[in-house]
Amino acid sequence: MSSAQRAAISVCLALAAFCLAAGQSGDSAPPKSDTSVYGELRKAPVKAAARRNPLESDPDAISAGAKLFELHCAECHGANADGGRKAPSLRADEVQSATPGTLFWLLTNGVVRKGMPVWSRLPEPQRWQLVSYIKNLGASAPAASQ
Amino acid sequence: MIIRSFLRSGSLLLLALLASGAAALAQESPYFVTYDHYLEEPGSLEVEYFSNFATQRGGNAFAAYWLEFEYGATAWWTTELYLDGQSTFSDSTIFTGFRLENRFRLLKSEHVVNPVLYVEYEQISEADKIMKEIEGHDIEADHAIPNAILRQEHNHELELKLLLSSTHNGWNLALNPLATKPLTGGDPWEFGYALGVSRPLALKASANHCSLCRENFVAGVELYGGLGDRYSFGLNNTSHYLAPVVAWNLPSSWTLRLSPGFGLNDNSHQFLLRWGVSREFSRFGTMLASWFEGHR
Repeated sequence: MSSAQRAAISVCLALAAFCLAAGQSGDSAPPKSDTSVYGELRKAPVKAAARRNPLESDPDAISAGAKLFELHCAECHGANADGGRKAPSLRADEVQSATPGTLFWLLTNGVVRKGMPVWSRLPEPQRWQLVSYIKNLGASAPAASQ
Repeated sequence: MIIRSFLRSGSLLLLALLASGAAALAQESPYFVTYDHYLEEPGSLEVEYFSNFATQRGGNAFAAYWLEFEYGATAWWTTELYLDGQSTFSDSTIFTGFRLENRFRLLKSEHVVNPVLYVEYEQISEADKIMKEIEGHDIEADHAIPNAILRQEHNHELELKLLLSSTHNGWNLALNPLATKPLTGGDPWEFGYALGVSRPLALKASANHCSLCRENFVAGVELYGGLGDRYSFGLNNTSHYLAPVVAWNLPSSWTLRLSPGFGLNDNSHQFLLRWGVSREFSRFGTMLASWFEGHR
Protein backbone atom coordinates (compact mmCIF):
# COMPACT_ATOMS: atom_id res chain seq x y z
CA MET A 1 0.00 0.00 0.00
CA SER A 2 1.46 3.37 -0.99
CA SER A 3 1.81 6.27 1.46
CA ALA A 4 -0.83 8.18 -0.53
CA GLN A 5 -3.31 5.34 -0.07
CA ARG A 6 -2.50 5.12 3.63
CA ALA A 7 -3.01 8.88 3.99
CA ALA A 8 -6.33 8.74 2.15
CA ILE A 9 -7.58 5.88 4.32
CA SER A 10 -6.47 7.68 7.50
CA VAL A 11 -8.25 10.86 6.44
CA CYS A 12 -11.43 8.93 5.61
CA LEU A 13 -11.34 7.25 9.02
CA ALA A 14 -10.81 10.62 10.72
CA LEU A 15 -13.70 12.09 8.74
CA ALA A 16 -15.92 9.15 9.71
CA ALA A 17 -15.02 9.59 13.40
CA PHE A 18 -15.79 13.29 13.16
CA CYS A 19 -19.18 12.69 11.49
CA LEU A 20 -20.04 9.95 13.99
CA ALA A 21 -19.36 12.31 16.91
CA ALA A 22 -21.43 14.99 15.21
CA GLY A 23 -24.29 12.65 14.38
CA GLN A 24 -24.49 11.08 17.81
CA SER A 25 -24.55 14.41 19.60
CA GLY A 26 -26.74 16.41 17.27
CA ASP A 27 -29.91 16.04 19.29
CA SER A 28 -28.48 16.51 22.78
CA ALA A 29 -30.31 19.77 23.44
CA PRO A 30 -33.59 19.68 25.35
CA PRO A 31 -36.75 19.62 23.20
CA LYS A 32 -39.28 22.44 23.16
CA SER A 33 -41.43 20.73 25.76
CA ASP A 34 -38.56 20.49 28.23
CA THR A 35 -39.17 23.50 30.40
CA SER A 36 -36.83 22.38 33.18
CA VAL A 37 -34.38 24.95 31.85
CA TYR A 38 -36.64 27.63 33.34
CA GLY A 39 -35.61 26.35 36.77
CA GLU A 40 -32.12 27.66 36.08
CA LEU A 41 -33.49 31.19 36.39
CA ARG A 42 -34.06 30.59 40.09
CA LYS A 43 -30.36 29.86 40.54
CA ALA A 44 -29.28 33.45 39.83
CA PRO A 45 -27.46 34.91 42.84
CA VAL A 46 -29.40 37.65 44.61
CA LYS A 47 -26.80 40.28 43.75
CA ALA A 48 -26.86 39.34 40.05
CA ALA A 49 -30.67 39.23 39.97
CA ALA A 50 -30.85 42.71 41.46
CA ARG A 51 -28.74 44.33 38.75
CA ARG A 52 -30.58 46.94 36.74
CA ASN A 53 -30.41 47.16 32.97
CA PRO A 54 -28.14 50.16 32.25
CA LEU A 55 -29.70 50.44 28.79
CA GLU A 56 -33.27 50.53 30.10
CA SER A 57 -33.81 54.04 28.80
CA ASP A 58 -31.79 53.61 25.60
CA PRO A 59 -34.28 54.06 22.74
CA ASP A 60 -32.22 51.83 20.42
CA ALA A 61 -31.71 48.97 22.87
CA ILE A 62 -34.79 46.97 21.88
CA SER A 63 -34.20 47.18 18.13
CA ALA A 64 -30.50 46.40 18.57
CA GLY A 65 -31.50 43.50 20.82
CA ALA A 66 -33.93 42.28 18.16
CA LYS A 67 -31.10 42.23 15.64
CA LEU A 68 -28.84 40.33 18.03
CA PHE A 69 -31.65 37.88 18.82
CA GLU A 70 -32.18 37.17 15.13
CA LEU A 71 -28.46 36.60 14.61
CA HIS A 72 -27.61 34.54 17.70
CA CYS A 73 -30.75 33.16 19.37
CA ALA A 74 -33.54 32.65 16.84
CA GLU A 75 -32.01 29.43 15.53
CA CYS A 76 -32.79 27.66 18.84
CA HIS A 77 -35.54 29.77 20.44
CA GLY A 78 -37.50 30.35 17.22
CA ALA A 79 -37.82 33.45 15.09
CA ASN A 80 -40.60 34.76 17.35
CA ALA A 81 -38.94 33.59 20.56
CA ASP A 82 -41.81 31.19 21.23
CA GLY A 83 -39.59 28.14 21.33
CA GLY A 84 -37.95 25.82 18.86
CA ARG A 85 -36.79 22.23 18.59
CA LYS A 86 -33.77 22.93 20.76
CA ALA A 87 -34.83 25.57 23.27
CA PRO A 88 -37.94 26.78 25.10
CA SER A 89 -40.07 29.87 24.64
CA LEU A 90 -38.84 33.19 25.94
CA ARG A 91 -42.41 34.49 26.09
CA ALA A 92 -43.21 32.15 28.97
CA ASP A 93 -44.17 33.65 32.34
CA GLU A 94 -41.04 32.23 33.95
CA VAL A 95 -38.88 34.31 31.63
CA GLN A 96 -41.03 37.40 31.48
CA SER A 97 -41.36 37.62 35.25
CA ALA A 98 -37.60 37.23 35.77
CA THR A 99 -35.66 40.38 36.57
CA PRO A 100 -33.39 41.88 33.89
CA GLY A 101 -30.43 40.98 36.09
CA THR A 102 -31.51 37.34 36.17
CA LEU A 103 -31.77 37.17 32.39
CA PHE A 104 -28.40 38.87 32.03
CA TRP A 105 -26.88 36.34 34.45
CA LEU A 106 -28.34 33.41 32.53
CA LEU A 107 -27.13 34.79 29.21
CA THR A 108 -23.65 35.27 30.64
CA ASN A 109 -23.36 31.81 32.22
CA GLY A 110 -25.52 29.74 29.90
CA VAL A 111 -26.93 26.37 30.95
CA VAL A 112 -24.04 24.40 29.59
CA ARG A 113 -25.22 20.94 30.72
CA LYS A 114 -28.59 21.49 29.05
CA GLY A 115 -27.33 22.81 25.74
CA MET A 116 -27.43 26.59 26.24
CA PRO A 117 -23.97 28.01 25.55
CA VAL A 118 -22.42 30.85 27.54
CA TRP A 119 -22.87 34.18 25.80
CA SER A 120 -20.19 36.17 27.56
CA ARG A 121 -18.60 36.19 24.12
CA LEU A 122 -20.98 39.07 23.42
CA PRO A 123 -19.85 42.27 25.16
CA GLU A 124 -21.90 43.33 28.20
CA PRO A 125 -23.81 46.12 26.43
CA GLN A 126 -24.95 43.65 23.75
CA ARG A 127 -26.18 41.23 26.42
CA TRP A 128 -28.16 44.06 28.02
CA GLN A 129 -29.58 44.92 24.59
CA LEU A 130 -30.75 41.31 24.31
CA VAL A 131 -32.31 41.53 27.76
CA SER A 132 -34.16 44.70 26.67
CA TYR A 133 -35.54 42.85 23.66
CA ILE A 134 -36.55 39.73 25.62
CA LYS A 135 -38.31 41.76 28.31
CA ASN A 136 -40.11 43.70 25.61
CA LEU A 137 -41.55 40.44 24.24
CA GLY A 138 -43.90 40.37 27.23
CA ALA A 139 -45.31 43.73 26.22
CA SER A 140 -45.90 42.72 22.61
CA ALA A 141 -48.65 40.37 21.43
CA PRO A 142 -47.68 36.68 21.21
CA ALA A 143 -46.85 35.49 17.73
CA ALA A 144 -49.09 33.11 15.84
CA SER A 145 -48.49 29.54 16.90
CA GLN A 146 -45.99 27.64 14.80
CA MET B 1 -4.60 9.84 -7.52
CA ILE B 2 -6.54 8.87 -4.41
CA ILE B 3 -5.56 12.10 -2.70
CA ARG B 4 -6.64 14.08 -5.75
CA SER B 5 -10.05 12.41 -5.89
CA PHE B 6 -10.41 12.85 -2.14
CA LEU B 7 -9.71 16.56 -2.46
CA ARG B 8 -12.13 16.78 -5.38
CA SER B 9 -14.94 15.13 -3.41
CA GLY B 10 -14.03 17.28 -0.40
CA SER B 11 -14.38 20.36 -2.57
CA LEU B 12 -17.79 19.16 -3.75
CA LEU B 13 -18.89 18.60 -0.15
CA LEU B 14 -17.70 22.08 0.72
CA LEU B 15 -19.54 23.61 -2.22
CA ALA B 16 -22.71 21.73 -1.26
CA LEU B 17 -22.43 23.05 2.28
CA LEU B 18 -21.85 26.59 1.09
CA ALA B 19 -24.82 26.43 -1.24
CA SER B 20 -27.25 25.18 1.37
CA GLY B 21 -27.94 25.09 5.07
CA ALA B 22 -28.88 27.73 7.56
CA ALA B 23 -26.23 30.25 8.34
CA ALA B 24 -25.80 31.95 11.68
CA LEU B 25 -23.77 34.97 12.58
CA ALA B 26 -20.30 33.97 13.51
CA GLN B 27 -19.04 35.95 16.47
CA GLU B 28 -15.52 34.69 16.12
CA SER B 29 -12.32 35.60 17.84
CA PRO B 30 -9.55 36.98 15.62
CA TYR B 31 -6.90 34.53 16.83
CA PHE B 32 -5.05 32.14 14.54
CA VAL B 33 -2.96 30.32 17.14
CA THR B 34 -4.44 31.20 20.54
CA TYR B 35 -7.74 29.75 21.73
CA ASP B 36 -10.18 31.52 24.00
CA HIS B 37 -12.70 29.55 26.07
CA TYR B 38 -15.64 29.93 23.73
CA LEU B 39 -16.77 26.76 22.01
CA GLU B 40 -18.82 26.24 18.88
CA GLU B 41 -22.58 26.52 19.50
CA PRO B 42 -24.20 23.07 19.84
CA GLY B 43 -25.20 21.63 16.48
CA SER B 44 -23.28 24.27 14.50
CA LEU B 45 -20.59 23.45 11.97
CA GLU B 46 -17.98 25.99 11.06
CA VAL B 47 -16.06 25.40 7.87
CA GLU B 48 -12.81 27.33 7.77
CA TYR B 49 -9.97 27.78 5.32
CA PHE B 50 -6.71 29.30 6.49
CA SER B 51 -3.43 30.12 4.81
CA ASN B 52 -0.01 30.84 6.23
CA PHE B 53 2.60 32.48 4.01
CA ALA B 54 6.15 32.63 5.37
CA THR B 55 9.45 34.00 4.17
CA GLN B 56 12.31 31.50 4.39
CA ARG B 57 16.04 32.13 4.79
CA GLY B 58 18.20 29.37 3.31
CA GLY B 59 15.30 27.94 1.34
CA ASN B 60 12.11 28.75 -0.51
CA ALA B 61 9.20 30.75 0.87
CA PHE B 62 6.00 28.76 1.26
CA ALA B 63 2.26 29.03 1.67
CA ALA B 64 0.74 26.40 3.92
CA TYR B 65 -3.01 25.98 4.25
CA TRP B 66 -5.54 24.01 6.16
CA LEU B 67 -9.22 23.21 5.96
CA GLU B 68 -10.96 23.03 9.29
CA PHE B 69 -14.33 21.53 10.19
CA GLU B 70 -15.35 22.68 13.66
CA TYR B 71 -18.48 21.19 15.18
CA GLY B 72 -20.26 22.01 18.44
CA ALA B 73 -21.13 18.54 19.73
CA THR B 74 -22.57 19.96 22.97
CA ALA B 75 -22.34 23.27 24.81
CA TRP B 76 -19.26 21.89 26.60
CA TRP B 77 -17.57 19.89 23.81
CA THR B 78 -16.29 21.01 20.42
CA THR B 79 -14.68 18.61 17.98
CA GLU B 80 -12.61 19.53 14.92
CA LEU B 81 -11.00 17.93 11.90
CA TYR B 82 -8.10 19.60 10.10
CA LEU B 83 -6.72 18.74 6.68
CA ASP B 84 -3.30 20.29 6.07
CA GLY B 85 -1.29 21.02 2.94
CA GLN B 86 1.43 23.31 1.69
CA SER B 87 3.06 24.75 -1.41
CA THR B 88 6.75 25.53 -1.23
CA PHE B 89 7.75 27.87 -4.04
CA SER B 90 10.04 26.31 -6.68
CA ASP B 91 9.45 22.94 -5.01
CA SER B 92 6.04 21.21 -4.79
CA THR B 93 2.50 21.23 -3.44
CA ILE B 94 1.67 18.39 -1.07
CA PHE B 95 -0.92 17.12 1.39
CA THR B 96 0.75 16.95 4.79
CA GLY B 97 -1.72 15.24 7.10
CA PHE B 98 -4.69 15.60 9.39
CA ARG B 99 -5.50 16.49 12.98
CA LEU B 100 -8.42 15.54 15.21
CA GLU B 101 -9.00 18.06 17.95
CA ASN B 102 -11.38 18.12 20.91
CA ARG B 103 -12.00 20.90 23.40
CA PHE B 104 -13.83 20.32 26.67
CA ARG B 105 -15.17 23.09 28.84
CA LEU B 106 -14.29 22.18 32.43
CA LEU B 107 -16.59 24.52 34.38
CA LYS B 108 -20.30 24.84 33.81
CA SER B 109 -20.55 28.60 34.27
CA GLU B 110 -18.45 31.70 33.71
CA HIS B 111 -15.59 32.54 36.05
CA VAL B 112 -12.85 35.14 36.12
CA VAL B 113 -10.58 32.59 34.41
CA ASN B 114 -12.25 29.86 32.38
CA PRO B 115 -10.31 26.64 31.74
CA VAL B 116 -10.86 24.46 28.69
CA LEU B 117 -9.01 21.19 28.09
CA TYR B 118 -7.66 20.71 24.56
CA VAL B 119 -6.72 17.25 23.28
CA GLU B 120 -5.46 16.73 19.74
CA TYR B 121 -4.18 13.76 17.77
CA GLU B 122 -2.01 14.62 14.80
CA GLN B 123 -0.89 12.44 11.93
CA ILE B 124 1.27 14.77 9.89
CA SER B 125 4.52 14.67 7.98
CA GLU B 126 7.59 16.75 8.75
CA ALA B 127 6.63 18.83 5.71
CA ASP B 128 3.64 20.27 7.57
CA LYS B 129 4.14 24.04 7.72
CA ILE B 130 0.84 25.48 8.90
CA MET B 131 2.50 26.55 12.17
CA LYS B 132 -0.78 26.23 14.05
CA GLU B 133 1.32 25.96 17.15
CA ILE B 134 5.02 26.45 17.80
CA GLU B 135 6.44 23.80 20.10
CA GLY B 136 9.74 22.53 21.44
CA HIS B 137 12.67 23.60 19.29
CA ASP B 138 10.68 24.39 16.13
CA ILE B 139 12.83 26.86 14.18
CA GLU B 140 12.92 28.42 10.72
CA ALA B 141 15.72 26.15 9.48
CA ASP B 142 13.39 23.10 9.84
CA HIS B 143 11.40 24.41 6.88
CA ALA B 144 14.37 24.97 4.55
CA ILE B 145 14.66 21.28 3.66
CA PRO B 146 13.05 20.18 0.34
CA ASN B 147 9.58 18.63 0.50
CA ALA B 148 10.77 15.36 -1.01
CA ILE B 149 12.89 14.76 2.10
CA LEU B 150 10.55 16.24 4.69
CA ARG B 151 7.53 14.24 3.60
CA GLN B 152 9.36 10.95 4.18
CA GLU B 153 9.02 11.33 7.94
CA HIS B 154 5.57 10.93 9.49
CA ASN B 155 4.63 11.98 12.99
CA HIS B 156 1.91 10.68 15.24
CA GLU B 157 1.54 13.17 18.07
CA LEU B 158 -0.66 13.78 21.04
CA GLU B 159 -1.01 17.43 21.90
CA LEU B 160 -2.47 18.75 25.13
CA LYS B 161 -3.29 22.35 25.95
CA LEU B 162 -4.88 24.09 28.86
CA LEU B 163 -6.82 27.01 27.46
CA LEU B 164 -7.16 29.73 30.07
CA SER B 165 -9.30 32.65 29.06
CA SER B 166 -10.91 35.67 30.66
CA THR B 167 -13.21 38.33 29.26
CA HIS B 168 -13.79 41.65 31.01
CA ASN B 169 -15.22 44.89 29.63
CA GLY B 170 -15.01 43.48 26.12
CA TRP B 171 -11.33 42.59 26.47
CA ASN B 172 -10.41 38.94 26.07
CA LEU B 173 -7.14 37.68 27.48
CA ALA B 174 -6.17 34.08 26.71
CA LEU B 175 -3.15 32.01 27.67
CA ASN B 176 -2.51 28.54 26.24
CA PRO B 177 0.38 26.51 27.65
CA LEU B 178 0.88 23.36 25.54
CA ALA B 179 2.66 20.01 25.76
CA THR B 180 3.19 17.63 22.85
CA LYS B 181 4.23 13.98 22.97
CA PRO B 182 5.29 12.12 19.83
CA LEU B 183 3.63 8.69 20.00
CA THR B 184 6.42 7.00 18.03
CA GLY B 185 10.19 7.22 18.13
CA GLY B 186 10.64 7.94 21.84
CA ASP B 187 11.06 11.70 21.40
CA PRO B 188 10.53 13.71 24.59
CA TRP B 189 7.62 15.92 25.59
CA GLU B 190 7.84 19.33 23.93
CA PHE B 191 6.41 22.56 25.25
CA GLY B 192 5.13 25.86 23.94
CA TYR B 193 2.80 28.75 24.64
CA ALA B 194 0.39 31.17 23.03
CA LEU B 195 -0.92 34.39 24.49
CA GLY B 196 -3.63 36.55 22.97
CA VAL B 197 -5.51 39.71 23.78
CA SER B 198 -8.38 41.12 21.73
CA ARG B 199 -11.40 43.42 21.85
CA PRO B 200 -14.29 44.33 19.54
CA LEU B 201 -13.98 47.87 18.16
CA ALA B 202 -17.40 48.71 19.62
CA LEU B 203 -19.23 47.05 22.51
CA LYS B 204 -22.81 48.11 21.74
CA ALA B 205 -24.62 46.76 18.71
CA SER B 206 -26.15 49.21 16.30
CA ALA B 207 -29.87 48.93 15.69
CA ASN B 208 -29.54 48.27 11.96
CA HIS B 209 -28.08 45.39 10.01
CA CYS B 210 -24.72 46.50 8.69
CA SER B 211 -21.50 44.94 7.49
CA LEU B 212 -19.14 47.78 8.33
CA CYS B 213 -20.38 48.50 11.85
CA ARG B 214 -17.52 48.77 14.32
CA GLU B 215 -18.94 45.98 16.48
CA ASN B 216 -18.32 43.53 13.62
CA PHE B 217 -14.56 44.03 13.87
CA VAL B 218 -12.40 42.43 16.55
CA ALA B 219 -8.73 43.36 16.80
CA GLY B 220 -5.92 42.15 18.98
CA VAL B 221 -2.45 40.71 19.13
CA GLU B 222 -0.95 37.25 19.61
CA LEU B 223 2.41 36.14 21.00
CA TYR B 224 3.44 32.52 20.56
CA GLY B 225 6.52 30.34 20.58
CA GLY B 226 8.33 27.22 21.76
CA LEU B 227 9.67 26.43 25.20
CA GLY B 228 12.02 23.55 24.44
CA ASP B 229 11.52 19.98 25.57
CA ARG B 230 11.72 17.84 28.66
CA TYR B 231 15.53 17.73 28.58
CA SER B 232 16.16 21.34 27.56
CA PHE B 233 13.28 23.45 28.77
CA GLY B 234 13.57 27.17 28.11
CA LEU B 235 14.07 29.68 25.33
CA ASN B 236 17.36 28.32 23.97
CA ASN B 237 17.07 27.40 20.26
CA THR B 238 13.36 28.25 20.04
CA SER B 239 11.35 30.60 17.83
CA HIS B 240 8.79 33.24 18.82
CA TYR B 241 6.34 35.45 16.98
CA LEU B 242 4.33 38.59 17.61
CA ALA B 243 1.28 38.99 15.39
CA PRO B 244 -1.45 41.64 15.27
CA VAL B 245 -4.79 40.03 14.38
CA VAL B 246 -8.10 41.30 13.09
CA ALA B 247 -11.40 39.57 12.35
CA TRP B 248 -14.38 40.88 10.44
CA ASN B 249 -17.61 39.10 11.38
CA LEU B 250 -20.11 39.65 8.59
CA PRO B 251 -23.85 39.41 9.28
CA SER B 252 -24.06 36.92 6.41
CA SER B 253 -22.25 34.42 8.69
CA TRP B 254 -18.89 34.77 6.98
CA THR B 255 -15.79 35.72 8.97
CA LEU B 256 -12.58 37.04 7.49
CA ARG B 257 -9.33 37.09 9.45
CA LEU B 258 -5.93 38.62 8.76
CA SER B 259 -2.69 38.55 10.69
CA PRO B 260 0.81 39.70 9.73
CA GLY B 261 3.35 38.05 12.05
CA PHE B 262 6.91 39.01 12.89
CA GLY B 263 9.68 36.75 14.11
CA LEU B 264 11.20 37.88 17.38
CA ASN B 265 14.60 36.18 17.16
CA ASP B 266 17.04 34.74 14.63
CA ASN B 267 15.46 31.29 14.83
CA SER B 268 12.09 32.62 13.68
CA HIS B 269 10.77 33.24 10.19
CA GLN B 270 11.16 36.96 9.61
CA PHE B 271 7.63 37.46 8.33
CA LEU B 272 4.38 35.49 8.32
CA LEU B 273 1.12 36.48 6.69
CA ARG B 274 -1.92 34.53 7.77
CA TRP B 275 -5.44 34.92 6.46
CA GLY B 276 -8.60 32.92 6.77
CA VAL B 277 -12.21 32.74 5.72
CA SER B 278 -14.91 30.81 7.51
CA ARG B 279 -18.63 30.25 7.51
CA GLU B 280 -20.90 28.85 10.16
CA PHE B 281 -23.83 26.49 9.52
CA SER B 282 -26.20 26.32 12.44
CA ARG B 283 -28.40 23.35 11.48
CA PHE B 284 -25.68 20.88 10.60
CA GLY B 285 -26.20 18.77 13.75
CA THR B 286 -29.93 18.45 13.19
CA MET B 287 -29.35 17.53 9.56
CA LEU B 288 -26.75 14.91 10.41
CA ALA B 289 -28.77 13.46 13.31
CA SER B 290 -31.81 12.98 11.08
CA TRP B 291 -29.58 11.41 8.44
CA PHE B 292 -28.29 8.91 11.02
CA GLU B 293 -31.83 8.23 12.27
CA GLY B 294 -32.99 7.68 8.71
CA HIS B 295 -30.36 4.99 8.19
CA ARG B 296 -31.00 3.03 11.40
